[in-house]
Amino acid sequence: MADEFEEFDEIELEDDETEEGKFLTFILGNETYGLEIIYVTEIIGIQKITEVPELPDYVKGIMSLRGQIIPVVDIRLRFEKPYREYDERTCVIVVDISDITVGLIVDGVAEVVTIPEEQILPHPDLDESYNRQFVRGIGKVGNEVKLLLDCHKLLADDDIENLEQEA
Amino acid sequence: MTTQYLNDPMQEVFIFETSQQLEQMEQSVIKTEALGSYPSETINEIFRIMHTIKSSAAMMLINNMSVLAHTTEDMFYFIREENPQDIDVSALSDLVFEGIDFMKLELEKIKNGDVADGDPEPLKEKITEHLVILKEKNNLTHSQIVNNEPVKEKYYISSNKAAKASEPKTYKAVLQFEENCGMENIRAFTVVHNLKEITESFKSFPEDVINDPDCVEIIKRDGFVLHIKTPEPKEKLELFFSTMVFIDTIEIIELDKSQEIKEEISILLSDDTIIVPQLKEPIKERGSNKEVVVSNGSQSPSMISVSVEKLDKLMNLVGEMVISEAMVTQNPDLKGLVLDNFSKSARQLRKITNELQDMVMSIRMVPLGPTFFKMNRIVRDISKKLDKEINLKILGEETEVDKNIIEQIGDPLMHIVRNSADHGIETAETRVLQGKSRAGTITLEAKNAGGEVLIIIKDDGKGLSKEGILKKALENGLIGEEAENMTDTEIFNMIFLPGFSTKEAVTEFSGRGVGMDVVAKNIEAVGGNILVESVEGQGTTITLKIPLTLAIIEGMNIRVGQSCYTLPIMSIKESFIPKAVEVFRDTDENEMIMIRGQCYPIMRLKERYKVKTGATQIEDGILIMLEGENKTVCLFADELLGEQQVVVKTLPKYIRQMKNIDGLAGCTLLGDGNISLILDVNGLISKARLRN
Repeated sequence: MADEFEEFDEIELEDDETEEGKFLTFILGNETYGLEIIYVTEIIGIQKITEVPELPDYVKGIMSLRGQIIPVVDIRLRFEKPYREYDERTCVIVVDISDITVGLIVDGVAEVVTIPEEQILPHPDLDESYNRQFVRGIGKVGNEVKLLLDCHKLLADDDIENLEQEA
Repeated sequence: MTTQYLNDPMQEVFIFETSQQLEQMEQSVIKTEALGSYPSETINEIFRIMHTIKSSAAMMLINNMSVLAHTTEDMFYFIREENPQDIDVSALSDLVFEGIDFMKLELEKIKNGDVADGDPEPLKEKITEHLVILKEKNNLTHSQIVNNEPVKEKYYISSNKAAKASEPKTYKAVLQFEENCGMENIRAFTVVHNLKEITESFKSFPEDVINDPDCVEIIKRDGFVLHIKTPEPKEKLELFFSTMVFIDTIEIIELDKSQEIKEEISILLSDDTIIVPQLKEPIKERGSNKEVVVSNGSQSPSMISVSVEKLDKLMNLVGEMVISEAMVTQNPDLKGLVLDNFSKSARQLRKITNELQDMVMSIRMVPLGPTFFKMNRIVRDISKKLDKEINLKILGEETEVDKNIIEQIGDPLMHIVRNSADHGIETAETRVLQGKSRAGTITLEAKNAGGEVLIIIKDDGKGLSKEGILKKALENGLIGEEAENMTDTEIFNMIFLPGFSTKEAVTEFSGRGVGMDVVAKNIEAVGGNILVESVEGQGTTITLKIPLTLAIIEGMNIRVGQSCYTLPIMSIKESFIPKAVEVFRDTDENEMIMIRGQCYPIMRLKERYKVKTGATQIEDGILIMLEGENKTVCLFADELLGEQQVVVKTLPKYIRQMKNIDGLAGCTLLGDGNISLILDVNGLISKARLRN
């Protein structure tokens, strides 16, 4: 399994300059989601997570990434999908979004794909009042459909927004 | 343009050493100023430092620094040699400080990759003027002492500038004395003495022929080398040397400019003792009969500077190694095997990794001393400019703080000290009128308290005016109706709001109203907080509480179910295994225990943090008595895991933004790679009180 991850790292490195339009896709249940690759730092297997009290369920806790302590969010719980036991396919995608490093627990990573802007459809039901909208667009790759996530929304919490306004 | 010729390591060393020397010099001057006279140790020290900087700056082709250092050196040379009785200490210190500031600025430019282009001339003029005044005052205008050393050095510094009038040439002369003539040093001295009649611009190697006992050997071996700068032709020199007795061979070479400089550099590099002129007379006490001991850590142990980034990486690597070590030695594949030799080696490995870890953690810790001592200068400048008398008292400067924190608190500290000196302390007259001592005192104190570092800045000035603050806040629209109900603390804390300044007049040092909010921001950035206490007319105390963040604490690791927590040892009073019968509950189901006639509440960490696993029966666990600021509780946990020094890390930003978790001070990596949450006893207790 480790080899599999290294492959992704290599892909990242090769395409250092042409990250535009590249997405790392991962699996969650039956759907495939895409994250803009510029946010992705690395992909690791699931590790021991230390629980932190008094946090929302989807924040599973913290883990050590080579001495750096990063919070881990279970994407399933974040999207209010049922919890699933972690297995050997479970991965943590480490993302760095505006200086906040977070590990995202997903069922498994798929591949890195290029989705040109014209292949991305807007969300069909973009209801302004529905504020928990994590999907910013739908990418078409051949016959498949990838749900492209808005990374900022992913980390943003109503609480955080409030905090920022205060500050 | 200078930088392209230099390789970086050399420049780095130059910047590092020079700034250290300047720092050291600054401290010495501040001390001497307090004494009101210049003891000869300090004069020598300044002389030596200036000399070194002059040479190294010249070597680095930073001419402006070199010129300035040279001028300063000249002045101190005069003071050292002539021992003038009438020195205007404060004017002299001002000049020296100005020089130090200039050089610091230039260093900063070099550090940033800019060209050191500051113009030393105005300051140089000032110093030269001062020197003239000094000479006149002491009737030493026609000084007979020949300032050999600085004069001859001058030519090579100023070579690019002036002194080209008569196109003097530089010669290198190597004299070999006759074998068995004896007393080579005396012969050499005669040469030097006679040479002075022809020219004053020369330099000899070895330099001090009379006092240096080794020079006889050197002259015997290498000959007596002279660098002479004179407009006279080579023939005349040859003639001159041939009149000397006991000389065997004479070799005179004309040097061109580049050679000349190369020579200088090689000399500079070869040995410090050559370029540092030795004292020709025993040290004497100058201008004062006080017994003066000037110690300023100049004999500091050998140090190197390392970038913090590298240390961070090292620390993370060591952390990784500890985990890998555990992964190897506790590998499941080894289960059930009897491996005597392996376990012996594994134990050794563990011991070494532990030591390595401890060492890496301690490397990052730096004493606060240097940061504190910098304040001396600020206080001095302000007291001088504003004509106040201020003493700065420094306590606990040996307290160690993580390097990162030191960098963060330097500026805030400076702001606060400035404010105290500028706005806090009154003028001497006002103080006397109020029945205080003439001189105000600012105390800087650092101490470890309960796993926190406290930095206390205390002044005995006029204190904060509550009315003034409120008035100002109302004017600036910072507060509204609620003003009447504010507590003292709330009022004082308003000085940290952006755009707040009680001082009407803006002085050079402070009062622009941008200071204090920056202070608050910087301190909060390292996770600390600020407390202001003030009594009008008696002074202000500002306490910076630097939290556990990054500091190393002595921790006790405890286990609750599968989770591990760390308690600061400081807050643990005792721990014991309770008996079920000792525990009782009140009507609200609050658990309590009676110990030695005292009743303490019990807090179950398991319930407090909703840990899914762990002991529920009171006999299965252990009670740890924790003492907070104003309350004591017994914490119930499964077991004690042991004591360990831990480096406190803050919780990730993501979590901190989401929620401020009461009772958690941060987290730490344990030796086995697991993460432990560090408990903040006061946070735990206060939350418990709220709930009750």
